[in-house]
Amino acid sequence: MTETTATVWDLLATVPDPEIPALSVVDLGIVREVEELDGNRVRVTLTPTYSGCPATEVIARDVRTALENRYAEVEVRTRLSPAWTTDWMSDEAKGKLLGFGIAPPSGRVTLPLLDVGAPTACPHCGSGSVEELAGFGSTPCKALWRCRTCREPFDYFKKH
Amino acid sequence: MSATSDLSSAAGQQTLADGCLVLSHRLSEWMSKAPTMEEDIALGNIALDLLGQARGLLSHIGDQVGVSEDQLAYFRDPADFRNPLICELPNGDYGHTILRQLFVDCWLAQVWPVLAATAPDEVVRGVAEKAVKENAYHLRHSSAWVVRLGDGTDESRRRMVAALDALWPYRGELAVDGWYDRVESVLTEATLPLPARDAWTQRTSSDGWHTEHLGYLLAEMQSLARAHPGATW
Repeated sequence: MTETTATVWDLLATVPDPEIPALSVVDLGIVREVEELDGNRVRVTLTPTYSGCPATEVIARDVRTALENRYAEVEVRTRLSPAWTTDWMSDEAKGKLLGFGIAPPSGRVTLPLLDVGAPTACPHCGSGSVEELAGFGSTPCKALWRCRTCREPFDYFKKH
Repeated sequence: MSATSDLSSAAGQQTLADGCLVLSHRLSEWMSKAPTMEEDIALGNIALDLLGQARGLLSHIGDQVGVSEDQLAYFRDPADFRNPLICELPNGDYGHTILRQLFVDCWLAQVWPVLAATAPDEVVRGVAEKAVKENAYHLRHSSAWVVRLGDGTDESRRRMVAALDALWPYRGELAVDGWYDRVESVLTEATLPLPARDAWTQRTSSDGWHTEHLGYLLAEMQSLARAHPGATW
């Protein structure tokens, strides 16, 4: 890692996900590569989370905005393969999700995705007694669950 | 029964792209009027995934002939679309919508993994790799509802049997290797009858023939782009 790429990674760590601002784009695991090109130019490679996630275009714009003041030219490109997976989220990122009231994805992804996983605990009271209300939620990455102990509904960040 | 490998051809990519696009539009018609809030949200999410998959393929198809994804989505006429006919059928009741979804999800569950592993083209492989996981959630949802409604009340069962009668003649374009096994295992769990595999089926979309419904669907989907060509947000 050069001094420039290290600085770019630091700057990207300050770009929040538009839907879940507790996480940065680096936390999400969608920044796949940062390159320093000639002439004070940089290139960032992103892998989208979901095919139709409306946040994807906003993220690309936000990344560009965060870097444009500093570099003569910023190229943001998309890489589809390998596909993004929640396995790329760090433990620190999962801790931030929990603090934000969203149960983090539990367990690693194995294909075919027959086991979609379940939250290990309610993010509000910590009880392990939870049930699924709906497999889809307010954004593509979440499902809706409920705690049987405190009765509060909560979002679960789907294993993907 | 067709082979999943055919779908990596240019014609196959067009079938997949158009199928995802047209079905996405149909599902979006449920927005704000699905039977429950959770189902409204579920169908919205599924429609969004399908739209993303369609966009990935259409952009790629367009790149090769120098036109945009919007040009392909909004400025082609019905005879140019290659979606399986089942994707353009009207939604009907919720049982009809969810059984159609099961049929399509089972098709895509066979197709995407093959494309992800073997498509010669990098972009197609990338779209498929992502779609494999999205489809797993769609199939989980449609299977659960077919079982719940088929093995539910007299009324829900009556509607599912009617949906099965109406949709079975449209399975031919989806029934790639492994499709019957997937669908029949869900129908069996739902205690629904298993229609004959060799019963007559439609297969005409590959020639550009469609049901009367596609024209109406496109008239709505394409109206804004055609009224204001080149408009952007």
